[in-house]
Amino acid sequence: MDVSLQQVEYRYAAGSPFEKKAIRGVTFTIPSGQYVAIIGHTGSGKSTLLQHLNALLKPTSGSVVIGDRTVKAGRKEKDLKSIRQKVGIVFQFPEQQLFEESILKDICYGPMNFGVSEEEAKERAAYWIEEVGLSKDILDQSPFDLSGGQMRRVAIAGVLAMQPDVLVLDEPTAGLDPRGRKEMMDMFYRLHKERKLTTILVTHSMEDAAAYADKIVVLHKGKKVHEGTPKELFSDADRLAEWGLGVPEVVQFQRMLEQKTGRTFSGVCLTMDELVAEWKDLSRGRPL
Amino acid sequence: MMEKMIFGRYIPADSIVHRMDPRAKLVFVFAFIAIIFIANNVWAYAAAAAFTVGCIWLSGITIRFLIKGLKPVMILIALTFILQMFFAREGNVVVDMGFMKIYEEGIRQAFFISTRFLLLVFMTSLLTLTTTPISITDGLESLLNPLKKIKFPAHELALMMSIALRFIPTLMDETDKVMKAQMARGSDMSSGPLKDRLKAVVPLMIPLFVNAFKRAEDLATAMEVRGYRGGDGRTKYRLLEWHVRDTFALFSLVLLATIFIVLRLWM
Repeated sequence: MDVSLQQVEYRYAAGSPFEKKAIRGVTFTIPSGQYVAIIGHTGSGKSTLLQHLNALLKPTSGSVVIGDRTVKAGRKEKDLKSIRQKVGIVFQFPEQQLFEESILKDICYGPMNFGVSEEEAKERAAYWIEEVGLSKDILDQSPFDLSGGQMRRVAIAGVLAMQPDVLVLDEPTAGLDPRGRKEMMDMFYRLHKERKLTTILVTHSMEDAAAYADKIVVLHKGKKVHEGTPKELFSDADRLAEWGLGVPEVVQFQRMLEQKTGRTFSGVCLTMDELVAEWKDLSRGRPL
Repeated sequence: MMEKMIFGRYIPADSIVHRMDPRAKLVFVFAFIAIIFIANNVWAYAAAAAFTVGCIWLSGITIRFLIKGLKPVMILIALTFILQMFFAREGNVVVDMGFMKIYEEGIRQAFFISTRFLLLVFMTSLLTLTTTPISITDGLESLLNPLKKIKFPAHELALMMSIALRFIPTLMDETDKVMKAQMARGSDMSSGPLKDRLKAVVPLMIPLFVNAFKRAEDLATAMEVRGYRGGDGRTKYRLLEWHVRDTFALFSLVLLATIFIVLRLWM
């Protein structure tokens, strides 16, 4: 399912003296099955933009096309539920949205809101709890007895059990330890590949954006300032600095290596493996 | 809707009312509430109304702004008026609807009670509009200080108030966040039968409570590690200063009370 934004503008408290433009004329398309990262400095409008992707916010001008539905400024929209069922959002710190007495019930909450039968919802819960790396045996426990990381996995299972076509992730790894971060990001990537899940990742982490995304959209002060592949984006560190962003550690390391040795790589490497392979190529038969 | 509400909002400005000592303002408002009950005739209420308008004028806040912001209260006052009208059963019958009669006294009472109510709301709103929440708590603490002798926890009470005020915006933000998260999971709080709508509140309230308790605990820990141990021996960054204008304001109330008493005895 394609999601596309056309000249989307959003003003907070429109018409009052506190009016503030959070997004200014943003246009881009997320083709079905792609992994897109949206990056930007704090206050760049990322979180506001994300809420447009399933009609939690309506643009004050412009339109958002989600599959065969169009959410247009100034038009009253009915049946937003069907949009929200297709676009699942995992908010920042999703563990804060848990409320049920058992994990099972909490995971069933979303699917049942969208009209799935109780039986099927339970089946889905049993399936997705394992997909997010937890055991079926804990389904009857209270979500509030779990650790923070486990709670987050339960919350994510609750969104995945809605079986959306598009998955939107807002800083899904914030506050997790390094191992938990990697596990979680790998899990989302696996789901993206296996289920052809269109994935939109909103993040601060250049590493994650570089490692997983097909395309990166950069927001700066509410405007889209760049759209392109990670390689394109991260080869221009100066421009990123202008937007208050950096390059992934691997790229920093590569630049230092280039300076020290005087050898130049053909392009930026986004992962350590890539860098090592390139370096082998580059230094073949020529010891330092 | 929230943007128009003026309950508990502070409007920064530099009027004589804004500059008054919060203790004076607190005493002023409470004394006003007490003495307005002395008023018992039209002239006394006219004096009270003129006095209130004078105070509002001095604060630099327009009456139109106040009325606009207090719309929900106005509805309440209108309701009180209607109810009160049917209560008193003295004097001549003005309207006879068969099953219900409205008496002269009823209209009189309704008019007085709603005027009193209106003036009280204006005055108390004026207090919160011209005083930062933190000065109100400071003033309250200082006023309650003498009660410490009888072990009244004045400092703790003031602290509780300022913490509560401090966390209102935080809680509002969080309500918005949790609401959106549940809406994204298909919860529908704005349509459907009332029963379903009430049910949809549970997924909102539980996370809010859980987070509020968690935050309270974190705050307590944070205060303790920074050596907080109650109000004993604690000095203040903002010192309260009593000026001539504060004495003058309280004096004007004495004058108003005298007018009320004279009118009450004379009429």
